Amino acid sequence: MAEEMKVIYERPKSWANKVTHYCPGCTHGVAHRLIAELVDEMDLIDKTIAVWPVGCAVFGYEYFNFDSVEAAHGRAPAMATGIKVTNPDNFVFTYQGDGDIASIGMAEVVHAAARGWPITVIFINNGNYGMTGGQMAPTTLLGQKTTTTPMGRAPQLNGYPIRLPEMLAQLDGPAYIARVSLDSPVNIRKAKAYMRKAFNAQIRGIGFSLVECLSTCPTNWQLTPVESMERIRKEVMAYYPLGEFKVAEGVL
Amino acid sequence: MERVSIDEGRCKSCSLCVSVCPVKILTISDRLNERGFRPAECTDQAKCTSCGWCAVVCPDVAIALYREVKA
Ligand SMILES: Cc1ncc(C[n+]2csc(CCOP(=O)(O)OP(=O)(O)O)c2C)c(N)n1
Ligand code: SF4
Ligand SMILES: [Mg+2]
Repeated sequence: MAEEMKVIYERPKSWANKVTHYCPGCTHGVAHRLIAELVDEMDLIDKTIAVWPVGCAVFGYEYFNFDSVEAAHGRAPAMATGIKVTNPDNFVFTYQGDGDIASIGMAEVVHAAARGWPITVIFINNGNYGMTGGQMAPTTLLGQKTTTTPMGRAPQLNGYPIRLPEMLAQLDGPAYIARVSLDSPVNIRKAKAYMRKAFNAQIRGIGFSLVECLSTCPTNWQLTPVESMERIRKEVMAYYPLGEFKVAEGVL
Repeated sequence: MERVSIDEGRCKSCSLCVSVCPVKILTISDRLNERGFRPAECTDQAKCTSCGWCAVVCPDVAIALYREVKA
């Protein structure tokens, strides 16, 4: 009997199919792939305008077959707001690291969330400034060694790590706020489901949405990619619980 | 046609696929690709269950998966 091959998985159409500059095993690539899959599945390729950060994802615009702009460090939510206000029919998302969003860009994301305008933020928490060589970020865990906390982050010296979704969920503006993890196939599939809800919150015009992705930086963590995934499960998730922190009516 | 198709030129040898494959048919090969990485390879195509986990975890979109169906 004749046999045909059914496609179980092929690369998304909105993925530009270039070899990325990311280090081996870095989950920036996983987050990118989920975005491309959702843009395909939700038929958004002609409507999408991505706003890329300063950080390792600074070249994000190279990797997708949809339109992109590049923001100044931390200013992606302000830029996305401007784009969305003037182009309300476009699908506008930002992609930001923890340094970008929670250090230099904290004011922008807080006010974007408070404003509640329907834009979407994908936030990559890898616990350090990856691009510049592994300095402490606002998300760095207590005790974690980085190039600027060589003895480990100490609260008296360096303050406490910031849980951004929990903070923003206090505001009335946001429609959808969640934290996911990219550490395993099961959690990556769940991450995609939550990101779909965030995209939908914008498409249905309900309001601001943000998904934090617990991510790895094997190079600066000085762990293998597989060990880095284990570190998320053992250490990072203990401080940063997964879940949905705000789901406005109508978000699905 | 293969069930597990790995685009060796894009593979960075991170081993995440090897670590998640439930039937343990992925391994890191001895070859070097043009970028100097040893790409992952599938050692037993027939054992692939099409669970999709390797493709879900791959940060380099290097894995495509197929399954024969009766025409
Ligand atoms: C105005 C300005 N200040 C500082 C820098 C230096 N800088 C570049 S990337 C970065 C932080 C990147 O960390 P993160 O946002 O966590 O992204 P990651 O690389 O970890 O993905 C900093 C401080 C800059 N480029 N511009
Ligand atoms: S430095 Fe870290 S965050 Fe940047 S590409 Fe490498 S592993 Fe990824
Ligand atoms: Mg970072």
